[in-house]
Amino acid sequence: MSSNAIPRTGAPVKSTGLHKGEIAPGVAKVDPIIVAHGVTRTFGGLKAVDVDHVEIPRNAITALIGPNGAGKTTFFNLLTGFDKPNTGTWSFNGRSLSGVPAYKVARLGLVRTFQLTKALGLLTVLENMKLGASGQKGENFFLSLIPGLWRGQEEAFEARALDLLARFKLDAKSEDYAASLSGGQRKLLEMARALMSEPTLVMLDEPMAGVNPALTQSLLEHILDLKTQGMTVLFVEHDMQMVMHIADWVIVMAEGRVVAEGPPSTVMKDPAVIDAYLGAHIDVDLGVVTGRVKGETDPGITAEEITAEGIAEEEALEENKGKKEANK
Amino acid sequence: MSDTTTTAAPLVVEVKDLTAGYLPGVNILNSCSLTAAKGELIGIIGPNGAGKSTLLKAIFGQVKIRGGHIMLNGDEITGLAANKLVAKGVGFVPQNNNVFPSLSIEENLQMGLYQNPKIYAERLEFVTGIFAELGKRLKQRAGSLSGGERQMVAMSRALMMDPAVLLLDEPSAGLSPVRQDEAFIRVSEINQAGVTTIMVEQNARRCLQICDRGYVLDQGRDAYEGPGRDLLNDPKVISLYLGTLGEDAA
Repeated sequence: MSSNAIPRTGAPVKSTGLHKGEIAPGVAKVDPIIVAHGVTRTFGGLKAVDVDHVEIPRNAITALIGPNGAGKTTFFNLLTGFDKPNTGTWSFNGRSLSGVPAYKVARLGLVRTFQLTKALGLLTVLENMKLGASGQKGENFFLSLIPGLWRGQEEAFEARALDLLARFKLDAKSEDYAASLSGGQRKLLEMARALMSEPTLVMLDEPMAGVNPALTQSLLEHILDLKTQGMTVLFVEHDMQMVMHIADWVIVMAEGRVVAEGPPSTVMKDPAVIDAYLGAHIDVDLGVVTGRVKGETDPGITAEEITAEGIAEEEALEENKGKKEANK
Repeated sequence: MSDTTTTAAPLVVEVKDLTAGYLPGVNILNSCSLTAAKGELIGIIGPNGAGKSTLLKAIFGQVKIRGGHIMLNGDEITGLAANKLVAKGVGFVPQNNNVFPSLSIEENLQMGLYQNPKIYAERLEFVTGIFAELGKRLKQRAGSLSGGERQMVAMSRALMMDPAVLLLDEPSAGLSPVRQDEAFIRVSEINQAGVTTIMVEQNARRCLQICDRGYVLDQGRDAYEGPGRDLLNDPKVISLYLGTLGEDAA
């Protein structure tokens, strides 16, 4: 159990100077790895994604945040070839990705994970990991006949897989079927597997949802490590503490559009972002708000007000849907 | 409902030395114990794979039990089928796929008490007392709702049978910050309306802020137990499970 203990670490070093000119939605970056322009995706009458222009800075950690239904996951799907947009162009490393299927996108070095995990249940954890490696010699029919030609590579993959599993605290499970993992552990496996292919850009869809807070913290160190190794990370997350801790740049989406972007400390103080997404009560003790605990200080917000904010978020979503349908 | 009354109220749920698992020879729960007194809000936190969800599923008869006992209001319910457990007063809200997407909200709620449809009007009043906005949208298809709203429908459905205990598996998972806080407030309101509640959560801080007592599960066992506020401030629990991210950010 004590092996789970994590050292208290100071704030990580943030990459700065990522943008050119004044900060505004769609601001140009000094060295963008992804440039998307005019990307839209419509489902029935609902415009799920309507991104005018956005650039993702290279070798930095970028967080994509926004309310449920803002189009974050859909935008992920479009960038990685899992879905096709109605209009728009986007490039990765200067190469246009329009019409490139998902498996080719992955080979180019852009790898993603899913919000709902996709592990192969009847393979062991280690086998799942080894599948993630790219450029496997044994995949060639003729080469596969001569084990001597691929055994060395196989062993290297296995060593790499075991190393990653140890970092994600899954090493004890390496021989178990992936189906026997808990929800949080599957999340970890998926992240570890994505790293097997040594990607240039990793896109993580809610990587820490369902992962316990202490492990989250140690995993954050690994994500920061990825940056040191030269990788770029783009992630969707609702955990604002995580975003504040590791993100160099934050992009805020709402109703399919990019509504704000900038360094986390600036974005989190943006009244429009607080209003649309964060709510003003992120540091409030809910025990005091609900009257279960007598707090010394007045939290300054009531349970009714927080509930009303939640309902308002829902209604905004509904209204948006209705409007789009009426415009059709 | 406060910390001091927990010893006096009768026990609604008593889990004693429970051992359970999915695969032969692999126990997820290892002699795990837990109690919930009438009116209590219990929070369960712990590392991934500790057995939190499995414990809820075991109480709800979804996992084969290999040892130990589960009592509900003093009656043994170990190994009973889910439909019997619902009739006896166990309400369960799973984490995913917890509404019937092709049915309306109203039909979802009716499904919650198909074993006792006579009390529908009375229970609908109770549920819409807490979730007022659902009452206005009864005809809407549940599949068209967002994650947050679905969670409210799923909780409401479980409440329709007037359960003696409500089991919630990560009610805040996948919700935006505002809606997460809303979900915790709803859970607190349900409990304050008198429903004994056992909640598994990854958002450990929020969970411990509102619960009367918390359990920290580790490797299938109840490693720590205590009033939510105590666990929240326990240095060992902080370093092992809660992390110190919040302090960094502040």
